[in-house]
Amino acid sequence: MREGRPVAAGLRSVYAGRSHTVVLRAMYALKTSAWFVVVSGFFEPVFFLLSFGLGLGGLIGAIQGPKGLAVSYAAFIAPALLATSAMNGAIYDSTWNVFFKMRFARLYEAMIATSLGPLDIALGEIAYALLRGLVYALAFMSVMFAFGLVLSPWGLLAIPAALLIAFGFASCGMAITSYMKTFQQMDWINFFMLPMFMFSATFYPITVYPEAIQLLVKIFPLWHGIELIRGLTLGQFDSSILWHALYFAVMVAVGLVATTRRLTALFMK
Amino acid sequence: MSETEDSTIMIRAGGLTKAFGALVAVDGVDFEVRKGEAFGLLGPNGAGKSTIMRMIASVSRRSGGTLSILGMDPDERGPDIRGHLGVVPQQDNLDTELRVRDNLIVYGRYFGLPMKFLRPKAEELLEFAQLTEKAAVKVDSLSGGMKRRLTIARALVNEPDILLLDEPTTGLDPQARHILWDRLFRLKEAGVTLVITTHYMDEAEQLCDRLVVMDKGRIMAAGTPAALIQQYSSREVVELRFGSERNAEVALQLAGTGERIETLPDRILIYTQTGEEDLARIVDGGLRPLTSLVRRSSLEDVFLRLTGRSLVE
Repeated sequence: MREGRPVAAGLRSVYAGRSHTVVLRAMYALKTSAWFVVVSGFFEPVFFLLSFGLGLGGLIGAIQGPKGLAVSYAAFIAPALLATSAMNGAIYDSTWNVFFKMRFARLYEAMIATSLGPLDIALGEIAYALLRGLVYALAFMSVMFAFGLVLSPWGLLAIPAALLIAFGFASCGMAITSYMKTFQQMDWINFFMLPMFMFSATFYPITVYPEAIQLLVKIFPLWHGIELIRGLTLGQFDSSILWHALYFAVMVAVGLVATTRRLTALFMK
Repeated sequence: MSETEDSTIMIRAGGLTKAFGALVAVDGVDFEVRKGEAFGLLGPNGAGKSTIMRMIASVSRRSGGTLSILGMDPDERGPDIRGHLGVVPQQDNLDTELRVRDNLIVYGRYFGLPMKFLRPKAEELLEFAQLTEKAAVKVDSLSGGMKRRLTIARALVNEPDILLLDEPTTGLDPQARHILWDRLFRLKEAGVTLVITTHYMDEAEQLCDRLVVMDKGRIMAAGTPAALIQQYSSREVVELRFGSERNAEVALQLAGTGERIETLPDRILIYTQTGEEDLARIVDGGLRPLTSLVRRSSLEDVFLRLTGRSLVE
């Protein structure tokens, strides 16, 4: 970026206000894609909920919620699964899908030759990931309602919260993917995601860890996402919930700026 | 320059330079492209043709000099300029997740064109690309020539003022090339300005009104194909083969024939105005070539003279 250029002109050179056409492109692509892949994103958290929540939950009984009130084990892990599925969906779309389009399909190269800018592409791809995430979140929430796992009317806010989580992961995921050149490097993402899923107080309260480990868990984003949604669906939260939301707002901002810069660097050399 | 003349200049580059770190890919080139002409960029690999194309396409920032496309500076108004361009890249980058017709429609949407315009436009372009019957199939099932035609059709969806074609027929069989040339001629007739890079000299002679020959980032020569042949080659070329051991030795005896003699490992080339007469004189003089050929000089002779015969790796 050149110095002394007005901000508006700088934005105009990377953004044409047409990211909706990138979303539209994804809709057209659905026509030729395998539907079971799209649908499978819904079933994964449901299977976890059934096996762990209802199966294992029967053995465990009640568990302490964030504010110390006892809740059923299924109600405890359901919001964590919602947060995790928001994360997984966003990461899958913004890493593997984007990696393929970037390195093999050369889709962005074609897009950038039109009057679209890199920010249009970043926003469009992320918006589509969110749209898909929204469908999954709504479906999973209906399952939670059906099993009586949403204990508070605040729980409705879990849907926008899931979208915020997905937005944060998608924008950072896309930025990170832009640095990846090989499939081996892409595997590092999985290497990072699985432990985050296992250890972010997903299946038990964070208090089981010693202080130092707790701190480590709190550095990573998923814990914030789980706390955010768990607080809402259980109706047990305080003002600290805003910090969890803020964590993702920062991820969104940092990810978008980084993605736009990287797309510019990659395709507008 | 008067104002009316000025308005017909579509692209103007002055001292245009592009460096990638220490590598200077384009080293201060000047050229102009006028409305409705087919302008060719010729040169061996690494000459800087594609880099110039990318700068014109407003997806690569110049390092120095001036560049004006349709009167606009690509550094400041990239998306606006790109809205008036059609780009056919060296390698097809069609959207393989979309069907053939959808490739045209969705690409048009990227330019912000409404569906009302795009629906009939897509049919028109499918017709133009001879792909009407393939409209509903996936891109993967198309042949190389079909993909190329679809890429060109896609580049026309926004009715561009300038069409940029980066090696449009590389990798195509002769039939597919001729179909493509025919399509490009039609576009030219319709008033579309074409900028073409190629290393097929016959293609350049067929398609280009005017061209520049580039080497190592610089322009070596510029003009119409005929003028370049006149300036840098002779009217005719006599090709003689005496066997690879004898060529060099015989060439010494031929000194003075024609305007210029070039000795290659496999043959001797004599650049001359009077090929048949020179050949007769050589044979009368007692030399017996294994094979001989008199042909008209071509752009390929100009190209090889200007850019050398050594391989660029």
